[in-house]
Amino acid sequence: MRRFGSKRQSAGASVSEPYQPGEDEILHMAHIVKDYRLGEENFRALDDVTLTVKKGEFLAVLGPSGSGKTTLMNIIGCLDVPTSGDYYLSGKPVKDQKEARLAQIRNKEIGFIFQSFYLLQKQTAYENVELPLIYANMPEKQRRERVEEMLEKVGLGDKMKNYPNQLSGGQQQRVAIARAIATNPTILLADEPTGALDQKTGAQVMELFHELNNEGRTIIMITHDSKIASHANRIVRILDGKLSEGRLEDA
Amino acid sequence: MRRLINTVRQSFRISVQNIITNKMRSFLTMLGIIIGVAAVIGLITLVQNATSSILGQFSELGAGTLSVSAPGTAMKSGLTDADLQTIMEVPGVRGVSPQVSGATAAVYDARVYENVSVTGRNELYFAYNDVIESGRGLNASEMNGSINVCIIDQDFLKNIFKGGEALGKRVRLNGAEYLVVGVQKKDNSIFAAYSDRSSLDGSVIIPYKNALTMSWSKNVTSLDIYVEDGVSNAEVEERLRETLDKIYNHTENAFQVMNMDSLMDTMNSVSSMLSTMLGGIAGIALVVGGIGIMNMMLVSVSERTKEIGLRKALGAEPSRIQTQFLLEAVILSVFGGMIGVGLGCLIAFVGARLMDTSFAISPSAIALGLGFSAAVGIIFGWAPARRASRLNPIDALRAE
Repeated sequence: MRRFGSKRQSAGASVSEPYQPGEDEILHMAHIVKDYRLGEENFRALDDVTLTVKKGEFLAVLGPSGSGKTTLMNIIGCLDVPTSGDYYLSGKPVKDQKEARLAQIRNKEIGFIFQSFYLLQKQTAYENVELPLIYANMPEKQRRERVEEMLEKVGLGDKMKNYPNQLSGGQQQRVAIARAIATNPTILLADEPTGALDQKTGAQVMELFHELNNEGRTIIMITHDSKIASHANRIVRILDGKLSEGRLEDA
Repeated sequence: MRRLINTVRQSFRISVQNIITNKMRSFLTMLGIIIGVAAVIGLITLVQNATSSILGQFSELGAGTLSVSAPGTAMKSGLTDADLQTIMEVPGVRGVSPQVSGATAAVYDARVYENVSVTGRNELYFAYNDVIESGRGLNASEMNGSINVCIIDQDFLKNIFKGGEALGKRVRLNGAEYLVVGVQKKDNSIFAAYSDRSSLDGSVIIPYKNALTMSWSKNVTSLDIYVEDGVSNAEVEERLRETLDKIYNHTENAFQVMNMDSLMDTMNSVSSMLSTMLGGIAGIALVVGGIGIMNMMLVSVSERTKEIGLRKALGAEPSRIQTQFLLEAVILSVFGGMIGVGLGCLIAFVGARLMDTSFAISPSAIALGLGFSAAVGIIFGWAPARRASRLNPIDALRAE
């Protein structure tokens, strides 16, 4: 069983000098390697990935399925830890942390947006958005204001009491976005955010992404769809666990 | 602190939602706890109520009373007046009341009633027992054997006097005229309830000397001894045995002394043993109920794996997930426990009605039932909650 926060010493690939975060650099990955054991064999999902993201960037990670983009997302999102390499988030190293601490980092730094929304079906839109704020121990009054503000921002001020099954797919994804931005995280991390939506609602969601980006929020979007990736202002490609800087024109 | 309150409040809401959404499953899960708690409360309350009813009647009858049965020996049967006087002088004895039992025929209004129970008593019996409804009891001056007065019971009043006025009337008992001077209260004791008196026309109490004459015996063979306040029954019983040993010249089996207090002690210990035993059996039902809770929680954890993964991704620490699932188990079992307490009280109430004993809900039994169900929730919710808290968020999010 894989455990979080178990001690994993970086094997040879450590940086020689301590990392000094550059100005505006909120994410820095150096020589990240992630290995999975598949039975007897070792499978290298990420191979020497180095990536730096600046504040306010809208970055797309473009790659086909099996390229390692989900693994990359898990590591960026602190859901998983690398086998070796260094990862700094907001200038602080994310390494050898206990799972409780990783949960707090996720709560504060990362806003997840998933392909299939992942809303709690038995809770209202309001309660879904409230969830990360509860985990952030925000007092109730402040929480209420924040939830209402977020839902109004995504255009669902009138649907607070609705349950997910009373909302369209586009509306559900907007609830999920409201939930992701509620704690005002450093990075919005979106995994195929339009994958479960039709073109029109997908375009509306991308519109919302642009708005959020214009407000200065940093967005990392993982996708296999170059059309969707073209919404970003920077694209990196991932293939067989290797990352390469792409050009916007490629998309 | 605020975090804990938040978690508790949120978990409570989620638990209630889950119980409502899975009504049937929740009910079946709780059923084990409901039955267990209802059995514990019902049985314990029933035993306690029955015991307190019985003890209440015992103490009415015999608190501070010793009963002596003295058939005597071949040389000396029963107890003479001189013996009674000796017993009266035993330190700690407040009074001695002989009891002579027999049966005879009664004649009233030219009709014969064959089955009348006759009991001989003295004035002290009436001084120490509250049995008179109207008229009076016996006087000390009526103890010389030549004054024919009687006190009748309610059956006698109903069957022989046909419910009419009895005081001042005369009845013929065993050939002698007796003046009715008093009427007894209805006997509500359990001894009356369990003895079959339907074949009797009625009962009368007459001075014990008269009863001795009627039964062709010289001496008294049965006595009630009233113990002075503040003196222990056991102490007096000890002295009494010495005195009786002297009277009967240390012959074995010449007499028996029954101490109501020690009888009550025995009753008490029997009833607490019974409570413990029945409670223990009911406790097994609780354990089975707990296993049901554990099973449901395990199913719930695997059904909600994705939800757990999401909560973790959004920043829920493992301890918070554990608290949430533990609380769900506790809420489920305490909710079942509360229904069980209600049901148990109902069982005890119906039982008390059927057995004709008093009914009182004991707060300790309710606390016990709720405490037990909460404990069951914690014990059997622990493992599933731990499992939930240890789920890996990536695997959990990917789960179907």
